[in-house]
Amino acid sequence: MRYAETGYNLEIDLTTGNIERVETDPREVEIHLGGQGTAAKMLWHRVGPEVEPFSEKNLLVFSAGLLHGTPVPSATRTSVDTFSAQTGMYSHSLFGGFWGPELKQAGYDKIIFRGRSPKLVYLYINNDKVELRDASHLAGKGTLETAECLKEELGDLKTQVVAIGLAGENRVYMASMEHYNSSASRGVGHIMGDKRLKAIAVRGTKDLYVARPEELYDICTKQYKKIYDQGSSVMTHSHNERWHTDVFAWGFARERRRGFWNKELEEEWKAVTDSVFVRFNGCFNCPIDCHAAIQVPGQRPYIYKCYGKLTYAMAAYKDVKFNYEMLAVTTEYGLDSFSTPQVLAFAVELYDAGILTDKDLPNFPKDSGERFFYLVEKIVRRDGVGDALANGVYHAARQIGKGAEQFDHNTTKKFEQVPLKLGALNYPYFLMTATGAKMNITQIEGSFPQNPIPDPKRRKAFVDKWEAAPQRFKDYYMAWEPKTQPTIEAAVNIADWNETMHYIDDSVGICAFVSAFKGQFDKSSYHINNYPSFISPATGIDFTQEKLWEIARRNRTLIRAMNNRRGLRRKDDRPPEDHWKQRIPDVEQHLLDEFYKFKGWNREGIPTKEELYRLGLDYVADDLIARGILKEEESFEKEAVAVKEEKK
Amino acid sequence: MSVDEKKKKKVIKIDVDKCNGCRACEAICSAFHAEPKYSNINPEKSRIRVFFDPIRDVYVPVYASEYTGAECSGRGEFTIDEKTYDECCFCGASCPARDLFKDPDCGLPLKCDMCLDDPPQEEPLCVKWCLSDALTYEETDDDEEKEEPKDEMETGLKSLIEKYGFKKVMEILAEKEKTAKGKGAKEE
Repeated sequence: MRYAETGYNLEIDLTTGNIERVETDPREVEIHLGGQGTAAKMLWHRVGPEVEPFSEKNLLVFSAGLLHGTPVPSATRTSVDTFSAQTGMYSHSLFGGFWGPELKQAGYDKIIFRGRSPKLVYLYINNDKVELRDASHLAGKGTLETAECLKEELGDLKTQVVAIGLAGENRVYMASMEHYNSSASRGVGHIMGDKRLKAIAVRGTKDLYVARPEELYDICTKQYKKIYDQGSSVMTHSHNERWHTDVFAWGFARERRRGFWNKELEEEWKAVTDSVFVRFNGCFNCPIDCHAAIQVPGQRPYIYKCYGKLTYAMAAYKDVKFNYEMLAVTTEYGLDSFSTPQVLAFAVELYDAGILTDKDLPNFPKDSGERFFYLVEKIVRRDGVGDALANGVYHAARQIGKGAEQFDHNTTKKFEQVPLKLGALNYPYFLMTATGAKMNITQIEGSFPQNPIPDPKRRKAFVDKWEAAPQRFKDYYMAWEPKTQPTIEAAVNIADWNETMHYIDDSVGICAFVSAFKGQFDKSSYHINNYPSFISPATGIDFTQEKLWEIARRNRTLIRAMNNRRGLRRKDDRPPEDHWKQRIPDVEQHLLDEFYKFKGWNREGIPTKEELYRLGLDYVADDLIARGILKEEESFEKEAVAVKEEKK
Repeated sequence: MSVDEKKKKKVIKIDVDKCNGCRACEAICSAFHAEPKYSNINPEKSRIRVFFDPIRDVYVPVYASEYTGAECSGRGEFTIDEKTYDECCFCGASCPARDLFKDPDCGLPLKCDMCLDDPPQEEPLCVKWCLSDALTYEETDDDEEKEEPKDEMETGLKSLIEKYGFKKVMEILAEKEKTAKGKGAKEE
């Protein structure tokens, strides 16, 4: 008997229409947990570095988390994993809502798509009935509109739908997948479009068993209450936007406007929000209603979360009203609200600099807001210069040329970063931004506070009740004085802990918003200390902190190696040049050295044979060696000696 | 419960404006009523469901009431506060017109027991775990004569009898008894 997982995946060949239900290996749970972890292993084995992201051989994998469908609260985030045409690298995103649990209830842990459909289709799953169906009537339809159409034609409101919009259909790199109140952004939507897959509609009514029901139930009901109590300060519920408007840069990630926010503005923006707000809502079996349903008169309704309220407004130097109107359009087109505003603001800068002209953008409006609406229409249709812009800032800059490359100042590994432009170099954040494989800092950071509390007494009080932290992080935090940097050793450990928590969350399917992202506020309901007490009774396998940490490290290392196989090296591990005003190149390189060493990677940032074998990833080591990417006997220390000798 | 005890009218009150659609009520209900207890959270087996249509901002929790053998004649639409609701979403009946409140494995009707199942709870668990207070529980004195609540098996049998007729059900039961006895004899 399988516990917590169904034990079956769906393998869908879109080229031939073949559908298979495949039993999975129960031992994988102990090695990779599930979700992102098992998806990564599948991608390693089945998608070689020679496979182009836009090709039939690329896989698109939807993974419900290990804990989806169990009583564990807030287990809602489905992992989507593939290779991105934008970065040429491994691409990963997540979406919440109801879809993942419903997939488990239908009897499947994962759906693996390969090939490319000859025409636009959608996948319909109703328990054992799995069909690829014609989606020509849905072509060009919005994401939520598609869900509405499918529910109506299937005659079942309980069907859960994830869909792409026009952006995904046209393989726009910023395309997202949208489901109810959540979206998978960060480079997966364009692959769904390339596969000619418009949507997946799932309905499931089966049981899913856990190993020790009473024990799990008891801890879950307590956890549910705890999450509710800790989740009271949800950003969506607040009208005070001082933090976002102060900290993040406006325009094309160009300038900070400190002091922009004031009380009158708060009242003004609150009045706007009140006029379009419909209700807060949440995801399956989660007591935090951190999403807000919005209805702008004359536009389609949608649901947004958190900073999504401001990303377009700040990029266009507009207000919250503009942002609400913009989201109504971009949600239906299926566009990522982090990277898209960056691309739009980039195009505006190119126009203002004379690099894009009226020939490229005929009748280009004067107002920055109208410009954004204008550009979105061009991008989602890949119309004219929109075809280049649809490839994101990095590629568009090079396609447009004429000096546009100089404007590409906020990408890392060809991917748009959050608009952060700060003063002094921050050690852990340098490491996370430089090396993170989840592309957006929000998916890497979170467990360790971003600043020390100045008063040592209050700092001590925080540390004393800081549930989420293993002891060494409490020590690092106590030793951290304001306006100083944590030590290199501390920085390396902090960066590692931060990303480790996300690697656990994204394999078991728990939302980072009640876990990895909240450690810094001492409000993480899930953390390394209590995770085993949920995963063990659910799966019947005894997990410990150490074991989970090791699995996260294994999954992380595997993904690193996957990207190394596609060419990722040390030179690529660099944040945008202007991310911090003050840069210290030798310290940064030292940080990278120490981080690589800590992770068991060599000087080029490639996991060593020794480390890979230790993690049971011998097949990865053997492959890297066979390809000449890794040498047989290689470790960070040995290389350092070799480098020194060479210098002599 | 002793027969002499004064009967209480037990009601789950529903405030559709407060529901945030998390469906924790479905999760907890199906866990409590699962066999073995708490073993899974299959919402399809829950005796409370949320009618859910976010595009129209419809979030209506409704709990399972009586089984009915025939669908009702009128199914209208109600407009309340400029929102249109299907009449169906206010009805808790397990009826042939829809797939709601039927055990997905055997098709038998499900009915809310106010969590008085073993062990009896102080209030229905959906109410206890609805932290947004969309669900509240009310007990009032009930002077009306009421028939004793039937247990699940009785409700199931009643529906089978209504559907297939008393005779047919008895025939099958007699057949089953014979087979069971036959098997028992062999095992002995």
